This record gives sequence, structure tokens and C-alpha cells, in this order.
Amino acid sequence: MTVNELTLTKTNPVTETNGSAPSPMLSVQGLKKVYQVGDGEIEAVRDLTFDVAAGELVCLVGPSGAGKTTLLKCIAGLLTPTSGVVQLAGKTVTEPPKAMAVVFQEYGRSLFPWMTVQDNVELPLKNQRVPKAERQQLVNDALAAVELSHVPKSYPWQLSGGMQQRVAIARAVAYKPKVMLMDEPFAAVDAQTRADLEDLIRSIWKKLGVTILFVTHDIDESVYLGERVIILSNSPTVVQDDLTIDLPEQRDQLETRSSPRFTDLRSRVYEQIQLAKSRALTGPTAVPRKNQKP
Amino acid sequence: MSLVKRVAYFIGLPVLLIALWWLLTLGPTNFFVPKPLKLAETFWTVWASDRIRTDFLPSIIRLFIGLAASIVLGVVLGVLIGTYRWLRSLTEPILEFFRAIPPPVLVPLLMLLIGINDQMKIVVIIAGAIWPVLLNTVEGVRAVDQVLSDTSATYGITGFARLRYLVLPGASPQIMAGVRQCLSIGLILMVISEMFGSSSGLGFTIVLFQRGFAIPEMWSGIAVLGLIGIGLSFVFRGVEGRALGWYHGLREMQRDS
Repeated sequence: MTVNELTLTKTNPVTETNGSAPSPMLSVQGLKKVYQVGDGEIEAVRDLTFDVAAGELVCLVGPSGAGKTTLLKCIAGLLTPTSGVVQLAGKTVTEPPKAMAVVFQEYGRSLFPWMTVQDNVELPLKNQRVPKAERQQLVNDALAAVELSHVPKSYPWQLSGGMQQRVAIARAVAYKPKVMLMDEPFAAVDAQTRADLEDLIRSIWKKLGVTILFVTHDIDESVYLGERVIILSNSPTVVQDDLTIDLPEQRDQLETRSSPRFTDLRSRVYEQIQLAKSRALTGPTAVPRKNQKP
Repeated sequence: MSLVKRVAYFIGLPVLLIALWWLLTLGPTNFFVPKPLKLAETFWTVWASDRIRTDFLPSIIRLFIGLAASIVLGVVLGVLIGTYRWLRSLTEPILEFFRAIPPPVLVPLLMLLIGINDQMKIVVIIAGAIWPVLLNTVEGVRAVDQVLSDTSATYGITGFARLRYLVLPGASPQIMAGVRQCLSIGLILMVISEMFGSSSGLGFTIVLFQRGFAIPEMWSGIAVLGLIGIGLSFVFRGVEGRALGWYHGLREMQRDS
């Protein structure tokens, strides 16, 4: 396989906000995050710029310790970036935006253990003062979408890990966000459940037309799930590569994963990540060149 | 069947102990050791009388006001101190100082400051019973899970809603542990507050009987205190079972896995 044979679509890394192009749903521009640790500083994210168009399903993949969680927290409005801006539908994010829902990796710690499954899904809606009848409908639909209609009165801790993460997904779905952020949501579930959950995300994405930014460290998962994969470098983080996944829209755990195209894309992502790691070892360099031969 | 079993377990040991006590006191006994039958008789004549109104009820009412105030104040202050780091730094030395003072030594002082009245007795109860609630609430509020806190923030659950849906339920296991200690401290201080310069109440009555060498009567007063303790623990367990059912379930699940 040679990379040149691949048809890779790039997005322009520097997006002008005053341009005539339709503004992206999510826009990250020159994001930098430096943590103050004692007297020293740790640069977790150096300079990140990328856009996500409305209705896109984008996977962010990078080596572990690439500042993925920092980036996600900045996008979610939970952390204030040192410099740079995050914009959601043209508005700068300064606090957690209403039109965004986040699914965290630690499902056991993101669901309220003192509330039933139904109450967990309902709480954000109740807080937004959605009328009761409508609330009930949204909760039922969301639980049906993740195939958990049979356990509304159970407590989260009575369910398996995969089911708990489905409750967290249902809560995000019921909230009707414009953008869904997912922070390695399947890193802590077993392989079989993980495959099911990946298909669930694809089907929810297709059904709702929601914009999804899915953070993962799993290369196969990023290629299987995404319409586009953004590869991050090692910390301090920059965008290493940005490629479109031109796999057929209907994906299948067996067929898609064994297709030659999947293997090509997967290798491409893998090589870029290896490159990112070696570059980190040889010290920081300038912004990585695009389209280079590995 | 299980109810019968539970009742049997509940009364089994007390019945056994009373039987043993009865057997050991069949012969001639020390003047200060009461016999069960005599005590039961005395209990009835002493407490099934006007004393319920003049001594028992005032004590119980003061106890409940003191406990309720301790719990409410302890939780409110605990939430504030646990939430704001600057308030915690500011209050920590003062709290450690006051917590170290045994409340009984406050009785003579409060008698002078407030006078010998109900308020003084209630203040004594609060002065001792508030600490476990306050300190446990502070710890419980501080220990609220970061991921849950982030989750709440991303869904716009802030301010009062955050307190109601996240902070208070999250801290409730620790708050309840504090309340459990608060109940027994409150009972002790209720008695102590009535032992000096008082003219009514359970503590006063017990001391009065003791000084008059009315030994069975004195023992009957002590038995009343024990029964109040059992009553409080029943109420507590009922409330705790309802409020913390999720917590016990979660713990059991974590133990099994």
C-alpha cells in the first residue's frame, strides 16, 4: 500500500471566520492550554485548529497523553483555554453551552447513583423546565433508542457497564443537543459490548443528524466510526493529520473491518500516530507538514 | 416467617439478660441493685403519672428542638464551608478550637449568660451535637465526585439545582453518619444540661431520686433514657433506609464485583 493511492481530503487548518463559507458547527482556533504546576508549566495543548461541520461525525484520535481530555474539556466549556477560542454555531464558548452534551468515559461516575435510570435521563430536561408530558416522551424515546426501555426504574449500579454507558448516551440524546462530545466512552467496556455500542452511535448519528465529536485512542474504532478522523500529535498537541473516511455509510462490524479500504485507512492513521510519537521523542518541531510520505 | 424471626432476634438477648438478672437477684441483694419485678413496678408508678407532662415531655421537646437545630445548622454551615475554599481556610482554626471544648463545661457559663431556662439547655445540646453533622457535611460536600460535577455543569445544572440534585444527595451518606453521632451526643447533653440548677426534666429527676436514696426510682429514670435511645435509633434507621437505599445497594454491588 502506498499512501499516494489514497484519496485524502483535507480541511483547511486555518479557517477564517469572516469568510463567506457557511460557518462550521464547531470551530476550534489556535487553542492552547498551559497548566500551572507549582513553579513550572505544562503545555498540554500547543496550537490546535480544526472545524467540524454541522451533522459531521468526527473522531479525534491521538496517542495516550496527547491532551485529548484537556481539549475536550476546553470545548465543553469546563476549562478556560490559555489562548485561542472555541466557537459553537458562531458563539464563543465561555461556559458549558446549552446546545452541547458530553458523554464521559467513566460511566460509573457520570450517572447519579441516587436516581433511577429514568430520573437520570430526565434530570437535564427537568432542569431546563421542559413540560412534563414532553419530558416523558423524550425520555421514553431516548431509552428506546438505546434499547433500555425495560429498565427505567432500575438504578444505574444495578446494570452492566455497557448498559450504564447506554443510559449516559440516552441522557445525551434526550437533551437534544446540537453537538455531542464523547470522551473515550467505550474505553472501559468489554470488546463485544464495545462493538454494539459503536453501531449504536452510528445509528443514533444517522437518525438524529446530530454533530458528534468522538475522542478515542483506538485507531480501529476511529476509522470504523468516523466520517473523518483528526489525528493529534503527542503532547504538546497539534493536529498531525486530518483525513476523510470514505467508507460506505452503512457499516458492518465484519464486512467493513475486513474491507481493504478499511485496512488502508487504518494503516494510514497508525503511521501518523507512530510519526507523532517519534517526533515527540526527537523534540518539538514546527507544525507538521501535510501529505508527506511516511 | 421472616418477621417472626426478626422479632425473635430483636427481643432474644434482652429477654435472656432480664432472666439472668432476675435469677441473680432472687436472694438478698445490695441495696443499690434493683430487682426486675420491683423496678417494673416502680417504673409504672413513677412514669405513668404526671411526671410525663412535667419531666418527660419538656426533656423530649428540648431534645428534639436541639437535635433539629443541630442538624439544620450543621448541614447549612457544612454546605457553605465545604463549597467555598476561602471560607474553609477562614473558619478551620476556629472550628477546631470550639470542637475541642467539651460542651458540659459550657453549662455554668451559659447559665450565667442566658439564665437557667429552656434556651440554655437547647444551646448546650446544639453546642455539642452540631459538630459531627457540620464536619461530616463539610467532608461530604468536598468529596463530591469530579466527573458527576462536570456532568452537572455540562447539562447546565448549577446553583440551587446543583445543590439539590448533586451536592446534598452526594454528601448524604456522610451527613447521615454525622446525624447518627449527633443523636447520641444530644441525648447525653440533654441529661447533663438538666443536672445543674434545674427544676424539671429527666436529668433533674434522676439526680433528685439519687440524692433521696430512691434507688429503684433512679434506675427507672435511667431505663427511660435507654428507651429514648432505642426510639431514636429506630427513627434514624427508618429515615436512613429510605434516604440511603441507593447507597447501601451500590456498596453491596461494589463488594460483590
